[in-house]
Amino acid sequence: MNIEVRRPERAAKARIGIIDCDIHPKSSLDDLRPYLSNRWWNYLQTYGQRQRHGYVKGFPYPKSQPLACRRDAWPPGGGLPASDLDFMREQHLDSYGIEWGVMNPLSPSGQGEQNDELSAAMAFAANEYQLEGWNKRDPRLKASVIIPYENTEFACAEIRKRAGDRRFAHVLFLSRTSELLGKRRYWPIFESAVEAGLPVGIHVFGYSGRPMSNTGWPSFYIEEITEHSASLQASVASLIIEGVFERYPELKIVLIEAGFAWIPALGWRLDQNWKRMKDEVPHLRRAPSEYLREHFWVSTQPMEESEDPDHVIEVMDWIGWDKILFASDYPHWDFDDPFRALPPGLTEEQRNKIYAGNARALYRFA
Amino acid sequence: MTNLDQAIDCDVHPTVAGMQALLPYLDDFWREAVEERGINSLETVSYPPNAPLTSRPQWRGSSGRAATSASDLAAQVCDRWHAGIAICNCLYGVSLPFSEDMAAAFTRALNDWLAKEWLDRDPRLRGSIVVSLQNTEYAVDEIERCAKDARFVQILVLAMQETPLGRRALWPVYAAAERNRLPLGIHAGSTFRHSTTSLGWPSYYIEDYASHTQAFQSQVASLVCEGVFAKHPGLKVVLLESGVTWLPAFLWRFAKFWRGVRSEVPWVDRSPAEIVRDHFRLTLQPFDAPADSDIVERTIDHLRSDDMLLYASDYPHWQFDADEVIPAGMPLSLRRKILVENPLATYDRIKLPGAQIKA
Repeated sequence: MNIEVRRPERAAKARIGIIDCDIHPKSSLDDLRPYLSNRWWNYLQTYGQRQRHGYVKGFPYPKSQPLACRRDAWPPGGGLPASDLDFMREQHLDSYGIEWGVMNPLSPSGQGEQNDELSAAMAFAANEYQLEGWNKRDPRLKASVIIPYENTEFACAEIRKRAGDRRFAHVLFLSRTSELLGKRRYWPIFESAVEAGLPVGIHVFGYSGRPMSNTGWPSFYIEEITEHSASLQASVASLIIEGVFERYPELKIVLIEAGFAWIPALGWRLDQNWKRMKDEVPHLRRAPSEYLREHFWVSTQPMEESEDPDHVIEVMDWIGWDKILFASDYPHWDFDDPFRALPPGLTEEQRNKIYAGNARALYRFA
Repeated sequence: MTNLDQAIDCDVHPTVAGMQALLPYLDDFWREAVEERGINSLETVSYPPNAPLTSRPQWRGSSGRAATSASDLAAQVCDRWHAGIAICNCLYGVSLPFSEDMAAAFTRALNDWLAKEWLDRDPRLRGSIVVSLQNTEYAVDEIERCAKDARFVQILVLAMQETPLGRRALWPVYAAAERNRLPLGIHAGSTFRHSTTSLGWPSYYIEDYASHTQAFQSQVASLVCEGVFAKHPGLKVVLLESGVTWLPAFLWRFAKFWRGVRSEVPWVDRSPAEIVRDHFRLTLQPFDAPADSDIVERTIDHLRSDDMLLYASDYPHWQFDADEVIPAGMPLSLRRKILVENPLATYDRIKLPGAQIKA
C-alpha cells in the first residue's frame, strides 16, 4: 500500500519476471462502442446501467479517493488511471519487470447489470476491447473472460466463444453474485470453464442487491471493503458444501483481492461441522478443507499484514506455498508494491513461487 | 494444575421445553394470543432441534431435548466439568418476532422464566438479559428491569440483526450496558431479517452454521467503525459461540484498511486491532481448529492477547467429544486466565465465593 512512483531502472532489480494476477485496465463506454449493437448503445445513452444499487454514477459507498485510484496513477497526458497503456508500462509493467499481467476489468463490463441481455452485450464488448485495446498492443497483458454471470445461458455462450483462445487467462466473476456461487444455477458456467480449460477467477466487489452483510447494511466504505472477505467466505463454503468439486474435479478457482489469511480458519470450521453432520452432505467424499486445499488459489493483494510478520507466514504455510499468486491491484489506492509487499523472512524459493512460479503453473501462459 | 472448581463457564444454553413453559410469565393479552393464534413454538432454525450440533446425543432426555432443567445442566457443567459458575444464554427465538410488542412481551417472559426456573434453583447459575433490538426504548427498559437482579450478568443479542450493531440508533442500549456494568453478549444466531449469508440462503445447515462467523466479523467492524467505544469506553463485548480462529486474519485485513482509509472514521483513533483486544472477548467453544496442538498454540499466538478468551463449554451443543472442553494445545500458562481470571475481568457482576483467587 503506497503511492510512490518507481523509476524504470528499478526493473533491473527484479531478479525474476513477475506475474501480476490483478491489473485493472480502464476503458470508457466509447471504447466499447465498436463492439456494441446500436440497440444497446442507444439503450445505454438513454437509460444507462442499473447495477442493483441506487446511483446513476458513482458508488453506494464513496471510495477513499476518486475511482479508488492511486493519486499518481492519473496519466500525465490525460484520461483515467490505467487507461493509457504507455503510462501503465512506464509506471508499472516495465518499472517492475512484469512478465505477464492478468487484466480484470471492473467497469464498464456489465457484470451484475439488472438487464441480462445488456449485461451479456457489455461483457462481449469488454472482452473484445481487452483483446483489441490492450492485448494486441501488449501481449504481456492477458484478458479475462468477463461473463454476465446472472444469466447462465449467456455466460456459458460467452465462455464458449473464447474457448481455446490463449489470450484469455480465466473466466471472471465478481464476488457479490445474487446467490451463493455453489447454487445449481451457476454449475453450467463451471462446466463451460472446465471444458474451455480455464480457471475461474472471483474478484471482490460488485453488487448483489442484498445487504453487504448478513446483518444488514454497514455505514462506511471501510466496512464495505472489509466485508468482501466475509461474503466470499460464504461463497467458498457454498462451492465446497454443494459438491461442485465432486461434479467438476478439474475446476480451479482463483480468489482475487479477497485476502487469504481467512482460508485456514474457514476450512477448520467447515471440517468441524462436517465431522458431526456428514449425513447432511453425503455427496462429499472428503473433508471440506481438502477441497479448499486442492481447488483454490489466492492472490496476495491486499497482502495481510500481521503485527508479527511471522504470523502471516505461518498462515501462508497452512494454505500451501503452491497456491499463492502475486497481485498488485494496479492502479488502485491499495496497490501492493511488487518489491515490498511480501513479508520479510520468506525463502527465495517461496518468493519465486509467489511472484511467478505458481501463476505460470496455473495459467500456462504462452 | 489450576483449581477447576472455580471455573466460570461463560456459555451454556437452557432449553425452553415448549411454549407452555412461558405461559405463566406472559400477561393476559399475550397468554391469550398464544392460545388463540396457535403460537406453538419460537424455536429457531439456527439450531434445528434434532441436528447433531444442537445437542450431543447422550444428553438428550426423553423429550429429545437436552438442558431442559437446571439440575440437568448443573450436573454436566458444574458437577462433571467443575464450573463454579455458569452463565445461561437462552437462545429461544423471543427476539425474532416482527412485532416489537410481541418481541418485548416474550423477552420479558423469557427473562422472568430464567430467573425463576433456573437462577432460583441453583446458586451457581447466572443469566443473560435477552433483548430484542427493534425498539431501543423497550430494550433499555428490559435491561433496567432485569439489571436490578444481580444474577443477570450480561445483555444478550443475536449476531445477525436488522442493522449492524454499531448503528447510532442502538447506542442507548450500550449506555444502559455501561451504566449497569453489563457486557454486551453477541451470540451466534439470527433474527432472520436477511438471508443467513450476504449472498443468499445456503442449501445446507453446515453453511448456515458457518455463516455466523461472517456476522461476527461484520459486528466487530461495525461496533468499532461507528465509534461505539469512543462514546462508551467502558463497554465490553463478548462474542459467544463465535468461533475463535477467524479473528486474527480478520484483524489483519481490518487494521490494514483502517491505515489506508481512516479519515473516513476519524473517531477511530488507534488501530482496530488494539480496540478489539481491549473491548472484545470470545468464548472458547467452538474454537475451530484441528486436533493439532501445534496449530492451536500458533492460533493462540496470533491473537496476541492472553486476556481475550473465556472458558465456555457451549453445553449442550456438540462442539467437542468426551470432556475436552479445552482444546489440546492450549498453553498451560493460559488455563488459569481462561478459566477464571478473564471471565472475572469481563463480568463485573460475577464474584467468586470467598473472593480469594488462588493461583
